[in-house]
Amino acid sequence: MSLLRPLLLDVVPTIQQTAALALGRLANYNGDLAEAVVKGDILPQLVYSLAEQNRFYKKAAAFVLRAVGKHSPQLAQAIVDCGALDTLVICLEDFDPGVKEAAAWALGYIARHNAELSQAVVDAGAVPLLVLCIQEPEIALKRIAASALSDISKHSPELAQTVVDVGAIAHLAQMILNPDSKLKRQVLSALSQIAKHSVDLAEMVVEAEIFPVVLTCLKDKDDYVKKNASTLIREIAKHTPELSQLIVNTGGVAAVTDCIGSCKGNIRLPGIMMLGYVAAHSENLAMAVIVSKAVPQLSVCLSEEPEDHIKAAAAWALGQIGRHTPEHARAVAVTNTLPVLLSLYMSTESSEDLQTKSKKAIKSILQKCTYLPALEPFLYDAPPNILKHVVGQFSKVLPYDSKARRLFVTSGGLKKVQEIKAGPGSLLQEYINSINSCYPEEIVRYYSPGYSDALLQRVDSYQPLAN
Amino acid sequence: MATLARLQARSTFLVHQYYFRNSAVDVFRKKEYDAAVKIQSWFRGCQIRAYLRYLHRVATVIQKCWRGYLGRQHYQLIVKLEFCTMKMNLYNAMAVRIQKRWRGYRIRKYCFNYFYLKEYLKAVSETNDAIREALEEFAEMKEREEKKADLEREEKKRDYQARKMHYLLSTKQIPGIYNSPFRKDPDPWELRLQKAKPLISQRPKVKQKRDVNISNQLACTSARSLPQSEILPPIDRKQCQGPFRDITEVLEQRYKPLEPTLWMAEPINELKMAREELRKQEWMRNINDNMFLPFSSYHKNKKYIPLMHSSSKYGPNSYGSQHFRDENPKKWICDKDFQTVLPSFDLFSKYGKLYSKAGQII
Repeated sequence: MSLLRPLLLDVVPTIQQTAALALGRLANYNGDLAEAVVKGDILPQLVYSLAEQNRFYKKAAAFVLRAVGKHSPQLAQAIVDCGALDTLVICLEDFDPGVKEAAAWALGYIARHNAELSQAVVDAGAVPLLVLCIQEPEIALKRIAASALSDISKHSPELAQTVVDVGAIAHLAQMILNPDSKLKRQVLSALSQIAKHSVDLAEMVVEAEIFPVVLTCLKDKDDYVKKNASTLIREIAKHTPELSQLIVNTGGVAAVTDCIGSCKGNIRLPGIMMLGYVAAHSENLAMAVIVSKAVPQLSVCLSEEPEDHIKAAAAWALGQIGRHTPEHARAVAVTNTLPVLLSLYMSTESSEDLQTKSKKAIKSILQKCTYLPALEPFLYDAPPNILKHVVGQFSKVLPYDSKARRLFVTSGGLKKVQEIKAGPGSLLQEYINSINSCYPEEIVRYYSPGYSDALLQRVDSYQPLAN
Repeated sequence: MATLARLQARSTFLVHQYYFRNSAVDVFRKKEYDAAVKIQSWFRGCQIRAYLRYLHRVATVIQKCWRGYLGRQHYQLIVKLEFCTMKMNLYNAMAVRIQKRWRGYRIRKYCFNYFYLKEYLKAVSETNDAIREALEEFAEMKEREEKKADLEREEKKRDYQARKMHYLLSTKQIPGIYNSPFRKDPDPWELRLQKAKPLISQRPKVKQKRDVNISNQLACTSARSLPQSEILPPIDRKQCQGPFRDITEVLEQRYKPLEPTLWMAEPINELKMAREELRKQEWMRNINDNMFLPFSSYHKNKKYIPLMHSSSKYGPNSYGSQHFRDENPKKWICDKDFQTVLPSFDLFSKYGKLYSKAGQII
């Protein structure tokens, strides 16, 4: 470091540039080296000469700043402290697109760490210049500027509002149509970071007429474009029922369902969460989600994904869909997801989060489920706290449906119910009593456990009348 | 006298009889008196009783009438109340009917409209299908484009290679590598090599800078008449022998740029262009492009549809608009045309063309 530092002050410009490049590469590789660069007091020299030199030097110096700033918030704070932000912002106004790109990249990496650093970047006046950079024709510059805006607006609503006030949304929305997939990634990520903070920001993003163009991004070849597009739709859908309604009306649910079907792993996660948020708002929206054939897709996700957090998200989404009315619960139960949920709840390998979510989902669906063929397997292998709900549902449905009663007896459900041991006076006992009262006494006695022994005892104790 | 004698003869008898009757009667007097009293008292009692009965009857009648009157009043009150109650019950029942219908209607139409919900869900699934189709089409199109781009790239690459390897083409004497005599048909590369143009190593192209000057608008467009690139004359050139002028002066004179007169400097259609310019500026400024018509022409916006009678195959018939005389000379009275003897007067020329109806006859 002590060797490279004097080279920065060399007369020959090429040596200066190469020294700066070397420093940049060193700092890029490792955080400790970056700290060494900072401790070696090189930054003020770089910042000072950034203002004066030619574009190659500017690019190299901006590269050094980026490389130092990307490792940790403290290093980024060190960069801000030596006054680099103003010079970087001046570089953003340069003619050469390469310089702009390097400066925007450095600003993006600084703003990424936390809200104070983002605020510092915004205070230096970078945001309007970044928006100008987005309108430039070079694709690489657009990408970097979009990612810098995304990093700035992700921390807090005020920062996002600052970005919106400069009129960034219109330009970002236009760029969704660009064929370059890396650019689309950054643009979609920027829009979703803006939309996630509040209803007003989400409405502003929607007013830029991104629907239904965003749905074409869900069919892109690049997986991260799909992920970011579904993240954007999720952030918009989660705020109010009206926004979800808008998304449903433009056919967004079908597009997201297809997108979930076509990818695997973490890419699916935002799409699954989006379906859950839409269904959570109201029962009409949940019915619309069911009509778009989302439930079979979600149950496929639930069974075949290896990772727990994705399973937990799918379980939560299914719970939100099925909890509104018996119709909804029936739609979920028909796809045979309830046994899967139960096994996830019972298995010891599932994480805590997965267990809690599947339990909640099962409970909320069961409380509305009147589809008896799906409930019957639960009688056999459910733990007592869930069994209570299952038996409760049976007791609600059986008094009114004669076919169901017959089916219940022939399938062995009545027998199982008799075998359940319940404390007297508990809710479970009440349910069992109400089920028993639907049947004539002989049948109940016939199926009660130990009936054959009782009969045999009676045979033993019976004295035939003396002939 | 006789009677007197008779009476005096009877007088003692009378006295005895009188005394007897009085004394005899005394016995019965009390009895008879009591009986008479009894009879009288009984009779009086009957009388009084009859009177009392009469009084009772009369009082009863009075009370009956009064009670009847009171009762009728009461009855009327009751009837009125009953009637009111009955009316109110009827109204309540009818109101219940109306409210029943209205509440059912309101819930079914405004709060939870089942059919609307079904329609909405159907519309949602139709939109979903449409979006799915559109997205699939989009994906297919993208794939096709990508494949096409790939193929094109491959073609270009192969083309470039063929151009580089052009020397491997087979000649008449020597078959090339791709045209082995043991093969039935030549290799496709052979055909490609035949089609390809040989690749010359390229020098970097010098872009000709063309400055837009008045020379572009001149008739002589030969490149040699005016120098376009900045090629300076060679530095040291021997002065040619002879009464020649300095080469720089000559070149200056030769290549002096044109100085047209003011008459030529302006374009010939400058008036037209100025008018166009003005029109463009007006067009830019004006909000409404339509000409301002007088109000009387406001209703004259219908296109005239001519009669079928008066239009022939090649356009409107001139009879009826151009001339009103039948072109049948045999029917003419005389062969001269009509003359205008009196001029038409001015009264109706401004009819309907003024801006307001002020001062006109209603």
